[in-house]
Amino acid sequence: MPMKQIKRWIQSYSLFIVFASLLLIVFEWLVRGEIIPSFIIPAPTSVIVMILENWRPLVLEHLSATMLEFFIGFFISVIGGVLLAVWMFFSKTVEKMLYPAVLISQMMPIIALSPIFVLWFGYTLWSKVAVTVLISFFPIVVGTYDGLKSGDKEYIELLRSMGATRWHTFTKLNIPMALPSFFSGLKLATVYALVGATIGEWLGASEGLGYYSRRMSGNLNAEGVFAAITILTIIGILLFSVMTAIEKKALHWKNTE
Amino acid sequence: MTLVLKNVSYTFTNKGNQHNKVISELSMQVNRGEFVSLIGKSGTGKSTILKLVTGLLKQDEGEISINGKSISLGDVGYMPQRDLLLPWRSIIDNIIIAAEFRKDLQITREEARNWLNHVGLIEYENALPKQLSGGMRQRAAFLRALLTGKDLLLLDEPFGALDAFTKREMQAWLLSIWQELNKTVLFITHDLEEACLLSDRIILLHPDKKIEEINVDLPRPRFPDLLHSTELAGLRHELEKKIANETD
Repeated sequence: MPMKQIKRWIQSYSLFIVFASLLLIVFEWLVRGEIIPSFIIPAPTSVIVMILENWRPLVLEHLSATMLEFFIGFFISVIGGVLLAVWMFFSKTVEKMLYPAVLISQMMPIIALSPIFVLWFGYTLWSKVAVTVLISFFPIVVGTYDGLKSGDKEYIELLRSMGATRWHTFTKLNIPMALPSFFSGLKLATVYALVGATIGEWLGASEGLGYYSRRMSGNLNAEGVFAAITILTIIGILLFSVMTAIEKKALHWKNTE
Repeated sequence: MTLVLKNVSYTFTNKGNQHNKVISELSMQVNRGEFVSLIGKSGTGKSTILKLVTGLLKQDEGEISINGKSISLGDVGYMPQRDLLLPWRSIIDNIIIAAEFRKDLQITREEARNWLNHVGLIEYENALPKQLSGGMRQRAAFLRALLTGKDLLLLDEPFGALDAFTKREMQAWLLSIWQELNKTVLFITHDLEEACLLSDRIILLHPDKKIEEINVDLPRPRFPDLLHSTELAGLRHELEKKIANETD
């Protein structure tokens, strides 16, 4: 990372890092001083110890299961969401028919809906994938569709005056113009998909970090619960950062000075 | 290349289904190599005429033809008021975009580079539009219209958004390049001085849908110094009076 970027990173996040560090120190002190019992909130150091001592089952067994659900669900959401958005863009009838359905799918309480997936798919991988898709599909569809619709009429007219067909304007104008909005949706969907996989595991699973945190909660093992949450948070940040890096690369023209 | 509009009418229908006849039985002609400006108050249909000539709008009645052939999309080079350079494309990729839509149009990157060199933009070949000043962007937009390879260029208030100094520079630049290329230009402007400086002929659009043609008998080649001449001032004064006497 060049010096300039490091400086910018420090400028952006130094206050947050100081705040988070202080918060962790305060919690450590509260728990060590027995002001807060450790089964309510564990000391941050004991969560780290928990992760280090149990990294093999946590990472190899549970994290890998959650990530498998995440990747399958996310992949289906991205492919399906983009295809649906493009279809709605080209067909007013499809838009009128399906756009409200996409919106309504987000009004439904996912937690209440999830047992239905268990009913349909059993305690298999696919019930978790279904929750993941349901929760992460929406930002992809809406982000892509709104981006495609944002094509300025004047640009379209200019390209058409040069003899561009609708396919030309779609590929040369609508797609590039949709990318910023698509990436906003993609970043949200990344986070949502991880949440979806975890919720899916709560409702019925035999592995995965959601399942692990629930089992630890039943055993009143706060360190175990927080260990799973910590790993999920780190993975979420990493995935979000990867998406942001891809976005920056794809939209380099926006960042060029 | 001769552009002919014969008894052209166009009615605009808004979302409330209200009809507004913007152009009524308009007949005009632009001859090969001519620089013709359209002037008139807002709402007299200047931009509509340009959109009809590009083929973006279809007239309700009448005929629009170039060399006797009805116009269709892709027959003219069009430059709108905003430069509309695609922000994710480099300048060179912007100016040759028309070649991506038309199989009959071949522009090599070498040719495009020569043109960029010709208009003083070669250093910005790979720059993004936002890295250029307003005047440079307009020059790039003009090149994009020029590289459509069409003899008729439609320029819709291309310098309307520029500051006064850049505008003068761009007028001088357009005069020199037009005189060199011998293209036919149909130009829209609200700036009467600009119309007098650049045009061979000015078509004044009246609110009652009638038109009036004014020949600009100033010698060519012209230079921006002409703006200070009494002849141009007199012509501008005459136009001002005609527009001021109009009733909406």
